[in-house]
Amino acid sequence: MTIHPQSFAFLLAIGAVAAAQVAPVTLMRPTTLDKAPAPDGFIQRWLVLEPIPANGLTDSAVQAIVKKEYFSNQFTLIPHDGDKVTVGDTQLTWHAEDTKLYNLNLYHFAHALDKPTTNVLFWAFTLVNCPREMRDVRLAIGSNAASVWWVNGQEVIGIYGDRQTVIDDGVSKRLTLKKGQNIIRAVIVNGGGATDFCARFLDQDDKPLKGYTVSLGVAGK
Amino acid sequence: MKCAILATALVLGSIALALDGQAGIHDPSTIALCNGKFYTYGTGGGSLVSDDGWTWRRGTTLPRRGLAPDVIHIGDRYYIYVAANIGAQPKAAVNMIWSKTLDPDSPDYKWEEGGVVASSDGVEDSNAIDPGVFLDPNDDRLWLVYGSYFGYIRLVELDPKTGKRKDPNDKPRDLAINCEASDMIYHDGWYYLLATHGSCCRGADSGYNIRMGRAKKVTGPFLDQEGIGMIQGGGKLFVGSGGRVIGPGHFGLLDLGDGVQKFSMHWEADLDRGGASVLDIRPLLWKDGWPVAGENLNPGTYEIESVRTGTALELKVEGMPVGGLRARGGRGGGPAGHGGGRGGAAAPGAPAPGVSPTGGPPAGSGPGGGAPIPPQDGADVSKNWPTGQIDVRMANYMCQAQQKWTIAAAPNAGGYPGSPYFKITIAGTGRALAATADAELVVLPAFTGGPEQLWRIEQLPDGAWRITPKSVPNSRQPVALSAVGSSFATLSKFDPTSDKQGWLIKIP
Repeated sequence: MTIHPQSFAFLLAIGAVAAAQVAPVTLMRPTTLDKAPAPDGFIQRWLVLEPIPANGLTDSAVQAIVKKEYFSNQFTLIPHDGDKVTVGDTQLTWHAEDTKLYNLNLYHFAHALDKPTTNVLFWAFTLVNCPREMRDVRLAIGSNAASVWWVNGQEVIGIYGDRQTVIDDGVSKRLTLKKGQNIIRAVIVNGGGATDFCARFLDQDDKPLKGYTVSLGVAGK
Repeated sequence: MKCAILATALVLGSIALALDGQAGIHDPSTIALCNGKFYTYGTGGGSLVSDDGWTWRRGTTLPRRGLAPDVIHIGDRYYIYVAANIGAQPKAAVNMIWSKTLDPDSPDYKWEEGGVVASSDGVEDSNAIDPGVFLDPNDDRLWLVYGSYFGYIRLVELDPKTGKRKDPNDKPRDLAINCEASDMIYHDGWYYLLATHGSCCRGADSGYNIRMGRAKKVTGPFLDQEGIGMIQGGGKLFVGSGGRVIGPGHFGLLDLGDGVQKFSMHWEADLDRGGASVLDIRPLLWKDGWPVAGENLNPGTYEIESVRTGTALELKVEGMPVGGLRARGGRGGGPAGHGGGRGGAAAPGAPAPGVSPTGGPPAGSGPGGGAPIPPQDGADVSKNWPTGQIDVRMANYMCQAQQKWTIAAAPNAGGYPGSPYFKITIAGTGRALAATADAELVVLPAFTGGPEQLWRIEQLPDGAWRITPKSVPNSRQPVALSAVGSSFATLSKFDPTSDKQGWLIKIP
């Protein structure tokens, strides 16, 4: 069989397109200091730590997982893009990420770093800067799979089980964001398959909260 | 969606709770609210009064006694229209009396005579009894419908400033025939004439039933769902006999605001009260442009499911699958050990970590095979739950013990129009749902009767239920159970335009 040179070039082009479709790009390195939430309130800027092996999705298993110390000062540390922590014998890196979507795709995150996505947990972190005190707001999140969330050191949400990300799935009780810097931490535990999360604040009328920014302290590495 | 809600809502059991106290009355008027109390007046001038709409007692007799009064509040006056036969039927007249208050203890309690507003001469095709007064919300014009079986249900216009006939020379309009005890309401572009068909005053042998037609104009023509005019005897059934009560009649609208409507009526015979004629109050729902008689909640054990999210209210404890943990098997009816599991934490058919081989029935019992799995017993399962207060959350309903709620009338706790306050406990336990001071939810170890543990549960116009605590500690703001998230419920100000506070109360 003879392949025409033009046909061969065409097949090569198709192959190149197919290769480009393998890894969708939904995450970018931040290029600004601060970022307002999306119009629908979703926080799109996060520091994410490379995955840590973990197993279990039930209420008790996840609570046991998040109570374990993985690295020093894990509940008080203010991480920065490129910072490294040691978990067991492994050095893991915090990555600053802006997501193009309402959610942050942890599968994309880990896949791009050639890291595992099954039976792992991810730490996520962001700083919320409020120009004034904001009372009676709620953190509202969705995650695949289980997750536990802290605002300024207080555990405010825990959702468990093998679940998909649903907007406003787990919602905190009413809380107050203080004027200035507020810290959100989360641990997302995945069993297998896709993994992602989304988060936003709701105001007193359960509408997306506006009027604040998120930052990670530095604009990229 | 709304039709589905209505259908779900109406499958509840049929043993309704009857109003508490002295509910005996015949031909009750529309219920009027005055200084925080509910009043209704019946044939003979007798009245019933209630502080909450649930427990009723005998009230003061009107100075003008007669047949089937109706009452309306306009401005600073309460107008009561009451009929009397003049000699033999159908010669009759409807008189009006008015007072600035319905409260006999008020210094303003004084009835003034307003004169005759409608009459029948004993020869014409009319019997001027059973008045029903209606203020048109579109233009504030005031109307009176009246009549009984000797001819037509008729309509005359009244002056809302005086309550008297607007133009005594204006000829009454004929609206319906072969009925009595009529009343009119307006909803979403339509006028509805609700009238009572059948025979009255025979106890359990009374064929009373409330039927209706609708029109685009207050003057009719009022047609039923088949297009038959009420002037020719048509009428779509609104409510008939059922359960332990017979012969509904004398519809009256009770609008509680925020889109929540109820209606009053009497039953000719309550079989649980010796066949007495008694007052009742029920939710008024709407479906396909027609009013529907709703149900007050019957005590029982239920799933409480959010209309908005489809998830169910549950105690925040780790659930256990009904029948115990089992390995993840393949899809379909084949043996789990050979099925095509979809990956995940457990390999297809492999024992789940920590699962006893005898923890449940065989996973792959085949289609229709295996012994029945008994329901979870809350009393037993709850032994593994923490003591003390536990938070509330929502989750997919999976028939588990922490998802089943027993709703029971709270003894001696009062109520609201049509129902008592309820306590809501996890089935098989005494753990009681309560409101917290910060308007969140918690389950207490036991019900102690506090107002934050008393729940008002009533149907919304689409048949879903609104669930509100009697009070929230340190707060006067009324709030309702709200599905703010798929996995989280709270208490927040009621928004009739949202599904967040609509709940399906389903038999588990």
